[in-house]
Amino acid sequence: MNELALAIPWLGKRHPAAARWVVVALALVAPLIAILFGKTWVRILDFAMLYVMLAIGLNLVVGFAGLLDLGYIAFYAVGAYTFAFLASPHFDIHLPFWIVLPLGAGFAALAGIILGLPTLRLRGDYLAIVTLGFGEIVRIFMNNLNHPVNITNGPQGINMIDPLVVFGWDISRPVKIGEDITINSLFLYYYVFLAFVVLSVILVQRLQISRVGRAWAAIRDDELAAKAIGINTRNMKLLAFSLGATFGGVAGGLFAAFQGFVSPESFSLMESIAVLTMIVFGGMGNLAGVIVGALALTALPEVLRHVAVPVQQAVFDRVILDPEVLRMLLLSLAMILMMLLRPSGMIPAYSRYSRPELVVGKAAGEGAK
Amino acid sequence: MITLLDARNVTKRFGGLTALSDVSLTIRKGEVYGLIGPNGAGKTTFFNVLTGAYVPDGGELVFNGTELPSGKPDQVVAAGIARTFQNIRLFRDMTALENVMAGHHIRSRANPLSILLQTRQAKEEERLITERAFELLRYVGIERFADTVSKNLSYGDQRRLEIARALATEPQLLALDEPAAGMNATETARLRELVQTIRHDGVTVLLIEHDVKLVMGLCDRLAVLDFGRKIAEDVPAVVQKNEAVIAAYLGGHGTAGAAA
Repeated sequence: MNELALAIPWLGKRHPAAARWVVVALALVAPLIAILFGKTWVRILDFAMLYVMLAIGLNLVVGFAGLLDLGYIAFYAVGAYTFAFLASPHFDIHLPFWIVLPLGAGFAALAGIILGLPTLRLRGDYLAIVTLGFGEIVRIFMNNLNHPVNITNGPQGINMIDPLVVFGWDISRPVKIGEDITINSLFLYYYVFLAFVVLSVILVQRLQISRVGRAWAAIRDDELAAKAIGINTRNMKLLAFSLGATFGGVAGGLFAAFQGFVSPESFSLMESIAVLTMIVFGGMGNLAGVIVGALALTALPEVLRHVAVPVQQAVFDRVILDPEVLRMLLLSLAMILMMLLRPSGMIPAYSRYSRPELVVGKAAGEGAK
Repeated sequence: MITLLDARNVTKRFGGLTALSDVSLTIRKGEVYGLIGPNGAGKTTFFNVLTGAYVPDGGELVFNGTELPSGKPDQVVAAGIARTFQNIRLFRDMTALENVMAGHHIRSRANPLSILLQTRQAKEEERLITERAFELLRYVGIERFADTVSKNLSYGDQRRLEIARALATEPQLLALDEPAAGMNATETARLRELVQTIRHDGVTVLLIEHDVKLVMGLCDRLAVLDFGRKIAEDVPAVVQKNEAVIAAYLGGHGTAGAAA
């Protein structure tokens, strides 16, 4: 969990334990702070958690293994549609989430392998183009598979998806404690999503600091050399694609349950690019950076939406720039500044063993015996 | 003497160019075997065929009595052959220690599931890999740079790190592609000591080198390639006096007499 401390670098470097607790506390009370600004903000937080999961999954492919994937949202779509098919009135199937979510993850992993197999020899630009095409193919399938047999219900999407029901407890319903305190379901979703995020962080971190993570890093740095030390680059790349896709699939399933509705337009190319932007912005290859990036870039447009209009009205008496335009403008500006000032992201990736305390401690221990 | 590697009539063509033509050579267990020749003689091509980077057009490579798979670098490493590169190819953004740890990949077994569950075996293996990697860094003499990102190491240390990474795959045959290239006299001397230590510890060494002094002093036997053909194979003292070799190095290729 040391990466957590890095989410606030100025404190994390000196007092990692303190920084860690600050992060944990923030994660726990975030919705309570958000509610002060209105329920919308809790909803935004919920979506932010989903984006964090997506960013973590994509980071595994792009940041760890160095495989540029511009169609990552397709796995999100696979997870979401799996959930929609198997837990909604659309086919009148209502399986519980603990069956549907793993199935969605499994299908997404399979989709990852299907994407991975033909692109094994590709790198960089070429890989990006193929993955971009893959993402679009999945979206177009979702859009058009309502004819001749209606599978996806086309552009209308699938409605009335079952919410998450944990041990018979429907978390989409508010919980009443006593007479006058009700806990909104948005809070419940937040904590469920947070649990998934925490689990993702733990799992991804374990992978990163293992022979698999090192093999990915080796392929990223120099594929030929990776082969020369005996890494089976084919298997390792497929593993990266499928594991990365798994996170997308789980996030997709949660998204479907949370939203209660899926349609192809949620899975456009812009979404893939948005997730990629998050990890580039935050710090590719670094878990803390990726999370911070996802949170920052989910919050930014919403803040704009709520701030830009009133501010403009106050200053100019009318709205000159639409928040949506402003969002693109500022996002582009942020990216350009980022590339100029901090090309490796807000919290750059570092080598795990480049932390002196680990190595010095180890070396001293070795020397003593 | 036991034969470790037996290359039989290895041929490799690139379009119309025959880079290796019927090259046969035998490397014995425990020796330092040199492979020399003028630029473009086919030394690196032989390396690439041996380590599975290229598929040969003819001939076979028998290692430890079994034929090496061609075009499958990871299986060649698994069989016990490790290599370094003429132009150093480290994992630039990883630390020295991580580079060597990555080298242990093929000799470790933890699968994704055991890693995700952090089983006791996976943890124990990870600990052993870290320990072994530190040992290897010490072995090549750069343990104080364990936490240095490899692209920031000095040139000579990068070479040593690449050797440590190759040794991490626990090879029986270590193939070094021009390890002394670009080194100064001190660094070359230290490299010579390192190669001798490695050989002394039971690893057979195949050495491609331009530095004739180093090769003559270090190798037990050597082969000379010229235009893709083996023109000599013997102990250094004999090769040195071989007329074809002298001709190849001094020019006047074609008839050995013309060079004299």
